[in-house]
Amino acid sequence: MKTAVIVFPGSNCDRDVAVALREVSGTAPTMVWHGDTTLPDGVDLVALPGGFSYGDYLRSGAIGARSPIMRAVIDAAERGVPVLGVCNGFQVLTEAGLLPGALMRNAGLDFVCRDVALTINNAQTAFTSRYAAGEKIIIPVAHHDGNYSADAETLDRLEGEGRVAFRYAEPVNGSARNVAGVLNAAGNVLGLMPHPERRIDGAAHGGVDGRRMFEGLLETVGA
Amino acid sequence: MKLRIFVTLKPGVLDPQGRAIHKALDGLGFAGVNDVRAGKLIELDVADDMADAQVDEMCRKLLANTVIENFRVERA
Repeated sequence: MKTAVIVFPGSNCDRDVAVALREVSGTAPTMVWHGDTTLPDGVDLVALPGGFSYGDYLRSGAIGARSPIMRAVIDAAERGVPVLGVCNGFQVLTEAGLLPGALMRNAGLDFVCRDVALTINNAQTAFTSRYAAGEKIIIPVAHHDGNYSADAETLDRLEGEGRVAFRYAEPVNGSARNVAGVLNAAGNVLGLMPHPERRIDGAAHGGVDGRRMFEGLLETVGA
Repeated sequence: MKLRIFVTLKPGVLDPQGRAIHKALDGLGFAGVNDVRAGKLIELDVADDMADAQVDEMCRKLLANTVIENFRVERA
């Protein structure tokens, strides 16, 4: 599997996601600087990592979403290449218009950093094929702006189309309808606030629920 | 030309920061505050002949997220 991790100034989970991709696929990803304009030829998966791109200036993810590499990421997404945005990567994807809605300040105003339970709401996606529908998994969150917001009509549409792939089992940050992860209409772009790359090693992380997402992706792209 | 761009949350969008400010004002003993909404003011110095359409486009493409925010432009 040929993967790429986009690195923005202020990304801080780029290494973690690179380790996860290398562990699962056996090949280290290409790290692509935000100022670049092209992705590696034939890339099978693009990951946008967590962190604080551009110091969260203006709005979380707002400046990163307008950086030069994003044109190539949007083109790849439109070609059907799977794109995974974790945490700040999710914020960048909404700001870039690849996913609907917006991520606002947590309702309790606190930075939330702990393991949370997620419910798999749709197991028929490139990202969730190794999970069962309705299954509860444990994945850590670490964010200040994870409060998913969209109008009722958009939320109804997302739910109706099975695009709310992951839900918080209990309220975590005020997210509308407990949305933790959403897909684009084609199903190849996922934004997720929790960090699957921090749950890939049973001994070090206390579980492998995150690893299963990367394993499922590997299977889907057939590499 | 100086522009002042006011970016505010759309009505109905929950504003946790406004709520926290409201609570703090209550805590300081200021009675009679009905509601608080927090927004942003962005000041731009632009070419005098910049077209309104371009200002509008800058606001829509970057300065405001129109999913959750409204904006208003004031010319100084």
